[in-house]
Amino acid sequence: MIVTYALIFAFAAVSLSLLLTMVRLVKGPRSGDRILALDTLSINAVALIILVGIAGATQIYFEAAIIIAMLGFVSTVAVARFVLRGDIIE
Amino acid sequence: MSHDILDICIAAALVIGGLFTLVGSIGLLKLQAPMARLHAPTKASTLGVGSILLASVLFAYASGAPSYHELLIIAFLFMTAPVSASFIGKVHIHLGQNRKPLPKPARDRIWATEAKREEDTPDVLEMKADA
Repeated sequence: MIVTYALIFAFAAVSLSLLLTMVRLVKGPRSGDRILALDTLSINAVALIILVGIAGATQIYFEAAIIIAMLGFVSTVAVARFVLRGDIIE
Repeated sequence: MSHDILDICIAAALVIGGLFTLVGSIGLLKLQAPMARLHAPTKASTLGVGSILLASVLFAYASGAPSYHELLIIAFLFMTAPVSASFIGKVHIHLGQNRKPLPKPARDRIWATEAKREEDTPDVLEMKADA
């Protein structure tokens, strides 16, 4: 029972933080803030997918979570390198 | 009895994870300087997601089918968060968002023997113009 309430709280907190990150993504003054917001967005998406997995009591969502984590890191590095050097693979 | 303790541990990990994720995003939204904004998500959000993944491991253990591959995601996130933070910091430096103007140089006194005429020592540029 206590796990159910904690799960509802965690769903609300992670969803709210996704919304706040989206606000920063739209508002962010320059590209550095937008890259940071995208990185945070992918990390929060991993948390949300894991929460869905806990709520459904299944292990199916693990692969989706690890793929989103890896793609988030790779895309963050790619965009940061593009802003830094004007090219991704030199 | 041990099942109750496990339930409490799962609930605590979920609540801590949700709180830290929320704190990271609030920091990302509310902090003023770009370099300060870098601090909030890279540390707080990573810890929050790690806590939620730990809750998932504990939940799988409590429900009778233990699986530990969430630890893989924890290790991956904890290794990659500093790397991406360093890249984003480099982007901030590259864009010059925290650049201040250089300080003005001190007044030039030229020679120690002229120290007694300290008040009316002319500037270096004026002396060169005179010469």
